[in-house]
Amino acid sequence: MHVRLADRLTDLSIAGFLWAFRIGVVLVVVVGSYLTLASGKYSADTWVNLIVTGLTLGSIYALVALGYTMVYGILRMINFAHGEIFMCGAFAGYFAAVALNQIGFLNASWVTSLVSVGIMILVAAAFSTLLAVLVERVAYRPLRNAPRLIPLISAIGASFFLQYTVRGWLGPGVYAYPDVTVLSQQVPIDFIRLRWIDVLVVTSALAMMAGLYFFVMRTKIGTAIRAVSEDKATAALMGIDVNRAIVTTFAVGAAMAGAAGVLFGLMFRQINFFSGFEPGLKAFTAAVLGGIGNVPGAMLGGLFLGQIESVGPTLFLDGLNVPSPSGLAKAIAFVMLVLILVFRPSGILGERISGQRA
Amino acid sequence: MANAPDVPTANAPEAAEEQVLAPRADWRGVVRVGLLGGAVGLYLCLVGIVPTFDPRALVAGIISLGDTALLGTGLAIGYLASLRSPDGPRRSIAAGALAGTIAGSLLTLFVILGSILDLRAIALHASPVTYGILTFGLGVAGSWIPTVVLGLAGAVAGGIAVLPRRVRRPIILGLMSLLVVGLFAGVIRTPMLASPLTSALGRFLFAPEGLTVAGAIVTLIAAIGGQALSRRLGVRQRVREMPEKQRRRLSIPLLVVGVLFVLWLPQGVGSFFAQVVAVVTLYVLMGFGLNITLGLAGLLDLGFVAFFAVGAYTVGLLTATGEFGIAGWPFWAAVPFAVVLSMLFGAFLGLPILGIRGDYLAIATLGFGEIIRILAGSDLMKPLLGGPRGITSIPKPIEASPDSFLAGPLQIYYIALACAVVVAFVAIRLRDSRLGRAWVAIREDEDVAEAMGINLVQTKLLAYMLGAAFAGLGGAIFATLLGAIISSSINLFVSINVAAIIIVGGMGSIPGVVLGSIFLIGIPELFREFSEYRFLFYGVALIAMMIYRPAGLLPSRIVKRELHTSDAAQPADPTAVPVTETGR
Repeated sequence: MHVRLADRLTDLSIAGFLWAFRIGVVLVVVVGSYLTLASGKYSADTWVNLIVTGLTLGSIYALVALGYTMVYGILRMINFAHGEIFMCGAFAGYFAAVALNQIGFLNASWVTSLVSVGIMILVAAAFSTLLAVLVERVAYRPLRNAPRLIPLISAIGASFFLQYTVRGWLGPGVYAYPDVTVLSQQVPIDFIRLRWIDVLVVTSALAMMAGLYFFVMRTKIGTAIRAVSEDKATAALMGIDVNRAIVTTFAVGAAMAGAAGVLFGLMFRQINFFSGFEPGLKAFTAAVLGGIGNVPGAMLGGLFLGQIESVGPTLFLDGLNVPSPSGLAKAIAFVMLVLILVFRPSGILGERISGQRA
Repeated sequence: MANAPDVPTANAPEAAEEQVLAPRADWRGVVRVGLLGGAVGLYLCLVGIVPTFDPRALVAGIISLGDTALLGTGLAIGYLASLRSPDGPRRSIAAGALAGTIAGSLLTLFVILGSILDLRAIALHASPVTYGILTFGLGVAGSWIPTVVLGLAGAVAGGIAVLPRRVRRPIILGLMSLLVVGLFAGVIRTPMLASPLTSALGRFLFAPEGLTVAGAIVTLIAAIGGQALSRRLGVRQRVREMPEKQRRRLSIPLLVVGVLFVLWLPQGVGSFFAQVVAVVTLYVLMGFGLNITLGLAGLLDLGFVAFFAVGAYTVGLLTATGEFGIAGWPFWAAVPFAVVLSMLFGAFLGLPILGIRGDYLAIATLGFGEIIRILAGSDLMKPLLGGPRGITSIPKPIEASPDSFLAGPLQIYYIALACAVVVAFVAIRLRDSRLGRAWVAIREDEDVAEAMGINLVQTKLLAYMLGAAFAGLGGAIFATLLGAIISSSINLFVSINVAAIIIVGGMGSIPGVVLGSIFLIGIPELFREFSEYRFLFYGVALIAMMIYRPAGLLPSRIVKRELHTSDAAQPADPTAVPVTETGR
């Protein structure tokens, strides 16, 4: 009886603690936003710009998040090396861009620029796909039936291996993407400062996501993927090649990540061997935010996280007189990650993984 | 017939067919080993391991570490290939030579290609330096060299592989000890030179880097002779046959010698090595801490650095005599405070997240670590914690003159050692307690543990808090070791280091943690060349451990016993089936 009471007391105190935590977070958000808006320090223009940045950032996160969510859906495994696949894609795109620039194709006219970006994306997607399939074969497939933490640790190992292979191969320095002049020009609209690169990132990301949605929902292999993530054994009995479905999942996710890598490089212009770590973690956050295993959820989660990260620090923290809130932007994304994992691990749109998980 | 092996058939005919096809199938395996080995060799060159290690000599003036890496690849390829080759010494040597030649020809191709195209734009290390190492300085003119050298190495390894075991083992042991002694030559030489008794011997055996020729010969003879002697005396077998009581009596002097060695260790080696030894001990201490969280309770905590930071900054704030110090306490007063604070912090962070499932927990703790890292370096905390410039002038625990036996890192070593012993004791006692069994139960199966009446959150929270407390202790000692705590010391790699130590060493195993720290912290700290590739090695090690030895290098007794009982259950199975059948 004593034990029971003690247990109930701990449970109660935990619940109380969690509620206090929730209320604290809500208070910071509400009071901070109110104070910031009331101070009138920022004009509408500033907010619009922040939202545009958030949108582009969010599209990139969404593309990467798709890979996390699909792999988790099918294998119940956090593919920790996905961020590195993204980074390697960015590098593949970089080398393609340098080559195209050397032959004078990259900036010849706006048509060649667009074609070049298309080539870069294709090269990056192909390279990332190859790499991901290789990683799956070497580091994940032998562990497919192991307890959950084991493939996660292997994935962390793969992540370090890729990161430091790139570091050894190319050095720790920063590589600067060649300038695509067309893309850095302003879109001729009066009321927002919008560059063509923002338009390109958002539209191509949306197009790819639409393509992926079609692929998963309408094609035969997409159906196979969904069947395998529902129930591997039954899917195998129905004559579905489980291995093929899993490898395809990795390949498709990696292709998206590679393309996102190029878009990231074009946006931020600088990449190095560590560029994949943070976007990777944030994209994972986006995937959980949207509901892991849920493809539209990952897209929504990415866009949402982009906004929080871009608008959030200024909106929530500036009013509370926190010095240089944008320096804390990274922390905000991680706070988001922890908050979601704690309070709503099934995400906004709900998880789409079958009931057999632990 | 040509595609027969691909056609799935019933077991018996397939086996028969395989026997007919055996030689051919095996030669294919040999070629595959050659190609794979060549890819590994190319990788070693391109990732920069060969050129980075090259300036360092294994045997001074004769063979550098870069050459060793290549030769080692060749030997390994030859050995693996000869395992796949058909029987017969000549075939085995041929297989080794073939695989080595194939691997070498890939490197030759690389050199030739590199002389035509400038590959440096896409690979930093595709440089003349690397080509020079591969061709013994001849450049393109010597592009045939890798093929021949690796082919020869492969043939030699193929030859070694078919020697009788009695001859083969000493040769392999000799080569291995040559490698190890050569690597550690600098570490062994420094203390030898310090004493007049051994300095002449030290100069005779060791060059400033690597062995001398005489040293190499002595090492080889010592290794092979020692092996032969121990075989002749049958030491291992005699120990195994000894009665339990006698064996225990033998272990006491060994233990005493071990303790004396550990106490002497930092005194004998130079001050640089003393620092390294202190850092290793610090990681052993933190490894013991995380061992409770990860090894016993199975909670993968990737945010260990958060509590490390709390401990370090608490001690920094409380003891620093400089700008940010607030109390000017002595170290000994600040440490308990730091430990308790870390523990409370552990409860604070642990309470909300311990309910979530294992893989999410790992990511959530990783998130905590990152949040703390960003906060520590941010402008928000700068007035309190000093931001990137950090808190400086943290005093040492004991005021000691520079030449006393407690100077600088030495006292930190002893403090860390004492703490590690205490933590190990606590960990062992906890492991054998009711709580420890509850942790292991949770690690093995959460649902069953809960059904057995274990309060999951409470039990996990205790493990998490204890891990946090020891992390805080580690951070506190770290702060005084450096004499400062800056925000860049708080990074993800602290967490990854500690987690990797436990995963590689063996979850839940005390000797495993010590071994893991020596391998993963000590060696990279000692050799600059290694430290550059430290995380590359971690990556490979984590994957390889998960695939081949998920329990770690030195698994804990409990894990081992579990593995054994499941082995023992296997042959008993056939008898078990009829029993259950009759029961029904």
